[in-house]
Amino acid sequence: MLDFVQQLVSGIALGCVYGLIALGFVLVYKATEVVNFAQGDLMMLGGFFAFTFIGILGLNYWLGFAAAVIAMAGFGMLAERAVVRPILGYPQFSIIMATIGLGYFLRSIVGMIWGTDDFKIETPFSDGVLRIGALVLAHDKLSVIAATIILCALLYLFFNRTTLGTAMRASSENMLAAYYMGIPVKRVVSIVWAISAAVATAAGVLLAPITFIHSNVGLVLGLKAFPAAVLGGFGSIPGAVVGGVLIGVIESMAGFYLPQGWKDVAPYIVLLVVLLLKPEGLFGVHMRKKV
Amino acid sequence: MSYFRADNLSLHFGGLKAVDSVSFAVEKGEILSIIGPNGAGKSSIFNLISRIYPPTSGRIFFEDQDITQQPAYDIAKLGIARTFQNIELFENSSVLSNLLVGRHRHSTTQLWQEFLFLPSVRASEKVHRRRVEQVIEFLDLEAYRDKLISGLPYGVRKVIELARALCSEPKLILLDEPSSGLNVEETTDMSFWIRDMKTELGITVLMVEHDMSLVNRVSDRVIALNYGRVIAMGTPSEVQRHPDVVAAYLGA
Amino acid sequence: MRFLFKTDYEDDIRLFPHSGHFVSYGILLAFLVVAPFVLSSYLVSQLVFVCIYATVGVGLMILSGFTGQASLGHAAFLAIGAYTAGYLQQYDVPFLVYFLAAGLLTGTIGALVGFPALRLQGIYLVIATISFAFIVEEVLARWESVTHGNEGMRVKTLSMFGFTVPRDGPTFYFLCLGVLILAIIGTLNLLRSPTGRAFLAIRDSETAARSMGVNVSLYKVKSFAISAAITGFAGVLFAHKLSFISPEMFTLLLSIEFIIVILIGGTFSLHGAVLGAIFLVMIDPFLTYLKDDLPGIIAGVAAAFGAGSATVAKIQSNVAAVASANGLKGAIYGVIIVLFVLFEPLGLYGRWLKIKLFFQLFPLYKRATFKRQKIYVKSERNR
Repeated sequence: MLDFVQQLVSGIALGCVYGLIALGFVLVYKATEVVNFAQGDLMMLGGFFAFTFIGILGLNYWLGFAAAVIAMAGFGMLAERAVVRPILGYPQFSIIMATIGLGYFLRSIVGMIWGTDDFKIETPFSDGVLRIGALVLAHDKLSVIAATIILCALLYLFFNRTTLGTAMRASSENMLAAYYMGIPVKRVVSIVWAISAAVATAAGVLLAPITFIHSNVGLVLGLKAFPAAVLGGFGSIPGAVVGGVLIGVIESMAGFYLPQGWKDVAPYIVLLVVLLLKPEGLFGVHMRKKV
Repeated sequence: MSYFRADNLSLHFGGLKAVDSVSFAVEKGEILSIIGPNGAGKSSIFNLISRIYPPTSGRIFFEDQDITQQPAYDIAKLGIARTFQNIELFENSSVLSNLLVGRHRHSTTQLWQEFLFLPSVRASEKVHRRRVEQVIEFLDLEAYRDKLISGLPYGVRKVIELARALCSEPKLILLDEPSSGLNVEETTDMSFWIRDMKTELGITVLMVEHDMSLVNRVSDRVIALNYGRVIAMGTPSEVQRHPDVVAAYLGA
Repeated sequence: MRFLFKTDYEDDIRLFPHSGHFVSYGILLAFLVVAPFVLSSYLVSQLVFVCIYATVGVGLMILSGFTGQASLGHAAFLAIGAYTAGYLQQYDVPFLVYFLAAGLLTGTIGALVGFPALRLQGIYLVIATISFAFIVEEVLARWESVTHGNEGMRVKTLSMFGFTVPRDGPTFYFLCLGVLILAIIGTLNLLRSPTGRAFLAIRDSETAARSMGVNVSLYKVKSFAISAAITGFAGVLFAHKLSFISPEMFTLLLSIEFIIVILIGGTFSLHGAVLGAIFLVMIDPFLTYLKDDLPGIIAGVAAAFGAGSATVAKIQSNVAAVASANGLKGAIYGVIIVLFVLFEPLGLYGRWLKIKLFFQLFPLYKRATFKRQKIYVKSERNR
């Protein structure tokens, strides 16, 4: 039983990271219908920014965290401007390819600049543990869960309470109509990319105590976060987080209770089963063309 | 027994009754028009017949056969072809290959034969092509044969969609607003073609239409719908004089 | 400009619409036939890879380009083909038998994957195919009694009708070329018959296809099966060419490479599959060339512009450092993909058509001929 709870918590913590990356996917998808395959790589880059600020330049953890988030928000805007904006409105598949290209580029540039070794960021949560009876919960895992909850609450408020949030929801429903209503769609899209890069960075930094940062971490985690987003139903923000947590829990349970090898495949098997039963994901809405 | 019959057909989206126990019959060789204000459920009836939506309740019969549970692609195989209100052509193909897809229900060749392009495939391709050529001649589309759909003007696309439906040699054709987006001249052409389809090709026509002059010119009978219900049925002039129809259009 | 006067339905059916094609394709074929005897063995080996990649490209083109069903799982089909060959070969099964068996098996598995894919659209389908590929990769790594797991598997030299066909000899090259040509001709045959038209119809409008009597589900499954089978055939050749296979060769990155093949080639025509394969395979020798010769060339240019000898040496060493950096290949891949999507969405074949049109219409060509229209409102969420 204790093992189970232990595994559950670490599964949820890992799942929260997946959820945060998935959140980035979903934000961009909702606003522009672009599936950003480079989302994981944005996370990786964010981690490296934070590593540079904290580990190399010696900034305070929180200061470095903030600096990395801000820098990555800027980078997100830049990436949108350079790669996505020129092809907005073209077939989805071309845009996917463009972001895959962006991912290739980021991975190899990071490898060239920082090298291909593993890096570790020192955080205030790296060692501490919380004891509840016989249960031992590491601070690093709890911090990820707490941060995810805070971030989700902030995003929820942003989307539902602010004018900019409403503008984003409008342009995700119908870009052209939003444009005619006076919403600066291009700026909105650019801000969405900034937010999603910032969320990715947060995920990258929070992840740091759990695993090392290296140039391929984004590819690996992105490929887990992607099923998370699909599982939740692409386009649903709570769905992304729930999907992420599910994938994380499935993975850690499979790693603990099933023979070796199942850990990596189990999330995909579950995903395929869910898609078979509910092709639009758990929280997705099925839409069809009117003829 | 009627040629085509809809029995208490209903389609509900949640609480909205898009089609509400509609019954009507089409006789062989007639042109029947369905009119009604926007949102009256006209196109929904077509979508029910061509099985894009499953009906909430009710049944559909064609040539004394219950087709309510047939899969969508079988409807075409039975000989019911349709056009769409907002044109659903295969944008990135040529006119010719669009029309040849219309021949799909008559294709009998097997995959492996096609892979080797055996003489039997070649021969059947030529038969298909000859039929398509007849339709092209019927609708004066000679000039567009090799053009890509994506480069063609709206009026021509409308005709090509009609042509694609005709290529399947249907017994019953469903025309969803054949004149929408056409100018006066094109509408006149369309009315002649619809007449000719009945007289020369012997096709039964069921059509949804807003343009009353076209409806008057071609229809044998008219059904008026409002809020998913049949409010009048009869000859064009009878229906237009019917008080409920006048009320539905003028909002009395 | 050439005007074709058609006097027979045959004119629209035949594979070479006019006599000019016989000349150009004849020259190409002649070149390909003499290639192994005049080119260096390295280039011939690259040509073999071009053939294999192009065969996969043809398979993927049927599914993604013509039927409009995206797949990021084709490396798995290639793997299944390769492992079928490797496994059956241990029991001295003749080449032709395991070649056909590989195609049959991958085709069947492709159809099985096609069934669940029926209800999935766009991004959901992409992720489903990725998941499938992951599962196959994991199975290959764990099913050690058949696949030898992560240790990989040796593939013996191909032997056919009592002759051995070494993997770097001209015969093997001709075998690969033959398979590619058969795949292309078969696909072209499909495209001019009802099945191919049904594929294109499904790509452009499923609703309309259905209303014309196309059994959309059946044809999607057929498309998956054909595509997978062709990839499986390529897998057998791939296994023989590499003579060693292991699960980590067939990762997502390989699937992405296949997508790059058809994307860079141009997704609307089979020419694209071949051009894309040439591009993707030849980029390696090009990068090697870049690594070795570029620093010298740039330094030479700098010297010609009158830079001092110290500066020239510095430039040369800097360029050499960049050119030999580890991740350079990835970065160049990335930039190329992005540039193609941004500026040449029709791919290499599209560019070739534009160049051809430019000369046909000269001097009346105008840039706007190929201007793309943006369709902001067209949402792919509603299908």
